[in-house]
Amino acid sequence: MSVLVESRALHKAFGPIVAVDGISLSVRKGEVLGFLGPNGAGKSTTMKMITGFLEPDQGSSRICGIDVQERPKAAKAKLGYLPEGAPLYAEMTPLSFLTFIADIRGIDRKERDAKVEAAVEKTRISSVLDQRIETLSKGFKRRVGLAQAILHDPPVLIMDEPTDGLDPNQKHHVRELIKEMAAHKAIIVSTHILEEVEAVCTRAIVINKGRIVADGTAKDLMRRAPNHGAIAIRVAEAQAEGIISGLSGHAKVARVETFDKLNGHVSLRAIPADGEAIATEVATMLREMSVPIDELYVERGKLDDVFREITTFDQGAKDA
Amino acid sequence: MLRSTAVIAKREFAAYFATPLASVFLIIFVALTGAFAFYVGNFFERGQADLYPFFAYHPWLYLLLVPAVAMRLWAEERKTGTIELLMTLPVSPWEAVLGKFLAAWAFVGLALVLTFPMWITVNLLGDPDNGVIIASYAGSLLMAGAFLAIGSFISALTKNQVIAFILAATICFLFVMSGVDLVQNSLRAWAPAIVSSAVSSLSVLSHFQQITRGVIELPTIILFVSIIVAALFANVIALDQKKAA
Repeated sequence: MSVLVESRALHKAFGPIVAVDGISLSVRKGEVLGFLGPNGAGKSTTMKMITGFLEPDQGSSRICGIDVQERPKAAKAKLGYLPEGAPLYAEMTPLSFLTFIADIRGIDRKERDAKVEAAVEKTRISSVLDQRIETLSKGFKRRVGLAQAILHDPPVLIMDEPTDGLDPNQKHHVRELIKEMAAHKAIIVSTHILEEVEAVCTRAIVINKGRIVADGTAKDLMRRAPNHGAIAIRVAEAQAEGIISGLSGHAKVARVETFDKLNGHVSLRAIPADGEAIATEVATMLREMSVPIDELYVERGKLDDVFREITTFDQGAKDA
Repeated sequence: MLRSTAVIAKREFAAYFATPLASVFLIIFVALTGAFAFYVGNFFERGQADLYPFFAYHPWLYLLLVPAVAMRLWAEERKTGTIELLMTLPVSPWEAVLGKFLAAWAFVGLALVLTFPMWITVNLLGDPDNGVIIASYAGSLLMAGAFLAIGSFISALTKNQVIAFILAATICFLFVMSGVDLVQNSLRAWAPAIVSSAVSSLSVLSHFQQITRGVIELPTIILFVSIIVAALFANVIALDQKKAA
C-alpha cells in the first residue's frame, strides 16, 4: 500500500470564516508534497486536520489507511508532526524532552537511547542537549522540534514551515535531511519559500482561500510563469533596433520587449509564440546578423510570479 | 492507558520543579498552614493535643493555593502551543487529563507531607489521637484533589492563567460556602427546599469539618470523589470541544 496519507473533501469553518473549503489530497511513499499558499490560505488548518489535532466539519483523513478521527491513537503512532512555530516545553532540556517523547511513544527503554541519539545526530543538536530549551536560539528550537518529529522514524512526516527562522546553512541542512528521508516516507511540508519547493518537493499544491488552486511538480508550476521559455538578450544600445525588428519578424516569436536599460546597454526579451522552445532559432538568427552579444539566456520564469498570479487572481481576497 | 498517563504525570510533576514555582509554593504552603494553626487557631492556648487548629483552615488556604497549582495545567499548553504537540502524540484526552491531574495532586500531596513538623510537634507535646490526624490528612488531600480537578477543568477553557486562577478560586469558594447562609439565603429565596438542601449537602466545608473531628463518612468520600470525576470528565469534554471548534 503506497498511499500513506489520504484526505477527502476536508472542510473547516471557524465561525463565519471558512478556513478550508474542500481539500482532497493523497501522498504516496517516496513523495514530498509541498503546501504553498499565502498566509491565512488554510495550509496550517489543513495540516491540523490531517494530523487529527482539529476535527474537520466534513471529510476525513487517513494515515497509513487508519482513519484519524476513528482511531486517533493508532493513526498518530504512524505520524511525526512539527507544528507551526515548533512549540516545545520551554523548561525542559532537549534531552529530557526527547526522552519524554520516546517514552510516550512507547519506545522500549533498550532502544530509546539509540533512537534519541540518532535523532540528535540527524538534526545536529548534540551541543545543546543539556541546556534549557527556552535559552536556545530559534534555529536550535526548530531543530529540536524536528528531532521530536523524526524520533520514532514514522512512515508519515508532516512539517509546518520546517525551515522558518533558520539561517541559509541550516535551511540547506534541513532540506538535505528531508531529501534523505524522502525515499521511505510520505512527507508533507508547508512553506512560503518557493525555492524550497524546487529544492525538496516532488510535487506541490498551491492553496488559496481554503481551496487547491494548482497541483503539480515545480516544473509544471513554472511552466505557468509569464516569461517561461523567453530568451533574454543584452546588447549595446546601438544594436538594439536591428535585433528587435529582426526577431519580431520571426514566426516563432510572439513579440520582443525591452525590460532594462543600463550604461548604454539594453536588455531585450523575446517571448515565444506558442510556448515553444525558441533558443535555437534566436541564436541562429543572431549569428546570421553577426551582432556582438553581451549576454544571452533562457528565462525559466519565476515561481514567485506563478504564485502571485494564481493566488491573487480573485481580488476580493480577505486576509483570514 | 497506564503508561502514557504515568509518562505525562512524571513530566508535569518535574515541570513544577523546573521553575521557582515549586519552592515558592512549598515554602508558602508550609508557612501559611503553620501560621494559621499557631496564630489564628491558637494551637498552644487551646491546650489540646490535636491538629484541629491546623486542619481547620485548610479549606480557606486551598482556595488561594490550589487554583495556583492547577491554573497552568492546560492554559499554559494552549498559550505556548504545546497542546498541538501533546494532542498529536498517540495519547488520548483521558490519559493526558489524568496524567496532569495526578501530577498536580502529587505536588500538593508533597506539600502536605512537608507539614510533618506539625505532627511531630503535637506528638512531642502531648498524646494525640494519630488516627484522627491521619484521617484529617487523607481528607485534606481529597479536598485538594477536588479543588485541583475543578482548577484543571477551568484551565482547559482559557489561554489565560490569571482568568483560570480567578474562575477556579470562585467556583471552589462556592463549593466551600454552599452550606453557609451567604449561598443558602440566595437559594431559598426562589428554589424549592430540596434544591437548597441538596446544594447544602455539597458543602465542602461541613464535610471537611466532619473529617477533622475524626468522622469519615461514606457521603463525604463520595462527594469529593464525584467532584473529582465530574470535573475531570468536563475537562476531557472541554478538550474535545476545542478540537471541534
